Amino acid sequence: MELIGKLGEELWTVLLTIARALPYVAGYIVLILAMLALWRAVKRFLRPRHDFGSLKTVTFGDESAVTSNLVASVVSVLLIFVLWGVFTGSRLLPGFLHVPGAFTGEGTFTYTSQAPDGTQDEATVSVRVVPFGTAGELPEVMPGEGFAKDDALLVTAYRSELLRPEDNDEITREDGAQVVAVNGQPIAPDVRVDVGFASVVMTARGTLNVTPDQGWQMEPIWLPSPEAVWTRLTEIASAGFRNVSLAEHLGFSLFRVIVGFLLGALVGIPLGYAMGLSDWFRGWFDPIVEFMRPVPPLALIPLVIIWAGIGEVGKIILLFLAALWIMAIAARAGVSGVRISKVHAAYSLGASKVQIMRHVIIPNSLPEIFTGARVAMGVCWGTVVAAELVAAEKGAGMMIMVASKFQSTDVVIMGIILIGVIGFSIDLLMRWAERVMVPWKGKG
Amino acid sequence: MSELLIDGLSMRFDLPGGGSVQALKDVTLDLKQGELMSVLGPSGCGKTTLLNIVAGFLAPTSGRVVLAGKPVSGPGRERGMVFQQGALFEWMSVRENVGFGPTMKGMPKAEKRGIVDHLLDVVGLRDFKEKAVYELSGGMQQRVALARCLANDPEVILMDEPLGALDALTREKMQGLVLKLWKETGKTIILITHSVEEALLLGQRLVVMAPRPGRIHREYRLPFAEMGAVTDLREVKKHPEFTQRREEILSMIWDMEEEIMGRTEGV
Repeated sequence: MELIGKLGEELWTVLLTIARALPYVAGYIVLILAMLALWRAVKRFLRPRHDFGSLKTVTFGDESAVTSNLVASVVSVLLIFVLWGVFTGSRLLPGFLHVPGAFTGEGTFTYTSQAPDGTQDEATVSVRVVPFGTAGELPEVMPGEGFAKDDALLVTAYRSELLRPEDNDEITREDGAQVVAVNGQPIAPDVRVDVGFASVVMTARGTLNVTPDQGWQMEPIWLPSPEAVWTRLTEIASAGFRNVSLAEHLGFSLFRVIVGFLLGALVGIPLGYAMGLSDWFRGWFDPIVEFMRPVPPLALIPLVIIWAGIGEVGKIILLFLAALWIMAIAARAGVSGVRISKVHAAYSLGASKVQIMRHVIIPNSLPEIFTGARVAMGVCWGTVVAAELVAAEKGAGMMIMVASKFQSTDVVIMGIILIGVIGFSIDLLMRWAERVMVPWKGKG
Repeated sequence: MSELLIDGLSMRFDLPGGGSVQALKDVTLDLKQGELMSVLGPSGCGKTTLLNIVAGFLAPTSGRVVLAGKPVSGPGRERGMVFQQGALFEWMSVRENVGFGPTMKGMPKAEKRGIVDHLLDVVGLRDFKEKAVYELSGGMQQRVALARCLANDPEVILMDEPLGALDALTREKMQGLVLKLWKETGKTIILITHSVEEALLLGQRLVVMAPRPGRIHREYRLPFAEMGAVTDLREVKKHPEFTQRREEILSMIWDMEEEIMGRTEGV
């Protein structure tokens, strides 16, 4: 019961988060539809195509008539970068596209202090907000008249600063004075007053917390602009990261994937063949394979680290295990998928068991094995990055893990993009190899 | 003379849920060298089981198959098989498919090339040697299957509905090709079919089987295969005796079907 209550609370949090994201999702969908309308309008001015597909009148529901629209793909990718730039104030975009950024510059507000005897005095606070990562000087102010003296405050954008009236006021809290209004609006602990360029909140102790407007843009520490990531990429590409070159980081990750995958295939394919060809081996290995297959390789990381340490051996064991079951199951499916009439025909044509293996079963299973290899490479790449997140001295995953500890978000994003690009390239390469090596796939 | 003797074949197998099926009961046939025999019958009459036993893919529960004095105990190159579809090796070219048997035997390349080229000429696929089999039409694929079987020079050719998946026109052409190959090579051929016309055309002997248990119902000796080898098949089909036989066998098979289905469904 208690558990259900806890889970209910968590679910509520999740739903609230989703609800808060909904306007943004809706905005994105509107953008997609707007682009579609734009494309339709543009298309009317292009020369119409008259191939077989475009002459179909029924396209809704005809899956074969729905091919990926290249324009949509290009616009979609471009839009990601544009949105990224819009919300980070990228210099690559013209300024009018930026959403409002965080306030920087000067502003003033006043507070009213009330002495114990009921007399009130007003003081002006001059605030200077400087961009993140730059130094600034306190604005110069004259103390002014009355017991409440004018103040100066230096704030960094996206941060807040405490204003202590007692620093220079003549009658302070110790004497029983208290701040009663900001810009003429009454204030009390936990009450917020908007002063135009910032918001002022009174703390429980009676000081004023000044937070300049943060605008709609993302703080660089959360999301750096595209050009900042690019600059960091060129920097790391030439100077390396943590005394190791970028090529070495990525090379180590790839090396682990390739060695782990090859070992997995080397053991998994014969294992799958044995399971497909002999009831004894099928019975022997079925429980093991079916049990190990649903265990995600990541769950084995702790055990592998305990047994083999955090060096290359441990990681390659992990990737070997990740690839092993996938390749074994693919090879088994490849053998089971052979049409019995093909085997019968081969026997009737005088082939021996070895010849049937070599000329019928192996070529017949290759398409399945290639499909398995594509899946296994994808899983291995994901696993290596995750394993490097846990423990590694070199590698793509280690790079983003270390960077996150130092809040180098630009390195984290650069790493994520590189990991994605490499994973995608691996898949393209496997697809190309499949086309070249098993052209008969799906033609049986 | 290599004679094919099918002697008292019975086939009975247990079902997983208990009970058993009598697929064949006491089937006896005797084929002389060069005979062309077609086997016809409603589905479930054990035609394919019979062929699989002769091919050596199945062992009968009783009875035996003897080819040229040697009992059959498994598949062998002296009994070639042509399947309905999908038995070609799609990872090999047309030439490699046809040359499969000779390659398995380890035949010298030059000799093999001669055989393959000759057979592709015979089946009319000379220009398709280097094509992948999946690039060919269904009829062409069956031509490759015939050539592949002949390349191994078997004593008996077993055909399991080889033309069943083809369209009517292609089927008629292929029937002519089968007759031509039979005449030219003098092979013993057993052909299983669903089509009464095909059974009449492609059988010096026609065996009609009956179901439950699978058994030989009736056997005919027919002149149409000999006629078809020298004249146009379409002329043969117009022959009064042909049409008479066709009606006779059709009503025989209808009766069998009604016996199985009619009692429950009614017509």
